[in-house]
Amino acid sequence: MKNLSYLLIGVFFGIVMFKSEAASWFRIYEMFQFDSFHMYGIMGSALVLGAVLLQFIKGSGTKSFFGEIIVIEEKKKSFWRYAIGGVVFGLGWALAGACPGPIYVLLGAGFWPIVIVFFGAILGALCYGALRSKLPH
Amino acid sequence: MDWIYEPWPWYVSGPLIALTMALLILVGKRFGMSTNLETFCSLGGAGKRISYFDIDIKSRKWGLLVVLGAVIGGFLAANFLTEDSSVHIASSTVAELNTLGFDSAGSAYLPTELFGEMIWSDTKALIILLVGGFLVGFGARYARGCTSGHSISGISNLQIPSIIATIGFFLGGLFMVHFLFPLIF
Repeated sequence: MKNLSYLLIGVFFGIVMFKSEAASWFRIYEMFQFDSFHMYGIMGSALVLGAVLLQFIKGSGTKSFFGEIIVIEEKKKSFWRYAIGGVVFGLGWALAGACPGPIYVLLGAGFWPIVIVFFGAILGALCYGALRSKLPH
Repeated sequence: MDWIYEPWPWYVSGPLIALTMALLILVGKRFGMSTNLETFCSLGGAGKRISYFDIDIKSRKWGLLVVLGAVIGGFLAANFLTEDSSVHIASSTVAELNTLGFDSAGSAYLPTELFGEMIWSDTKALIILLVGGFLVGFGARYARGCTSGHSISGISNLQIPSIIATIGFFLGGLFMVHFLFPLIF
């Protein structure tokens, strides 16, 4: 039941990502050119509504569908890891035109060259894991 | 119901992404896609050499199911919920892309110059995809999250680190598009 819920949420997310065109390389490029409100509207409305929903979930003490207490993790405070990691991610986001979610969506949509991006991303995560003790956090 | 076959506007898509996040929280999980990249490293046995990847894979299974769902969702959306997948970006963006050599701008979902069938013999395109992916994977794990974990979930939860990361995402993206694209393409 739990497993099915994760799978179905993923299906829903995949459909939204494809239909919103947030998985399109062109939309990412257009966003960085400031030529359209589309991507800003998506992210802006998602996080405003997201903030309202989170406040409600936290404030009401709602339990999960499976009766567990909901814990929303706070991000660890630091600067460099977010700043440098963020810029590196941004460079790749604009170049490949895909962030980690859309990589899977595009694979399902049948754009096979995305496999190269996926492979690169795993390699990148692997290198981070190998080098992390030498990087500023 | 014809609208479902059209591209979904931002005021539909954005709230549905917020709903995705809320649903994941309500099933006791969180909205974050890039952690799965590490799970794949662990599945491949990276934990034997690098302790960072030595984790209990069972605790990450939910994420892999979300990802599998996203693949299925992409398949369904592209094959059954879309008639014309060309992305109608702004005409100024199309003009800009044409000067860079992207002739497919405005008439495809992804640029055929990077994602078309001919790219398997195009070394430059393959390197671009590999490097782009590498930066995404490295950066997302260094920053401990990507667009889903920071820009949506983190900022929704008013987390300063997520604001820093998101500013970084945009600085990196702007630098790539405005300074590096003319050199690359």
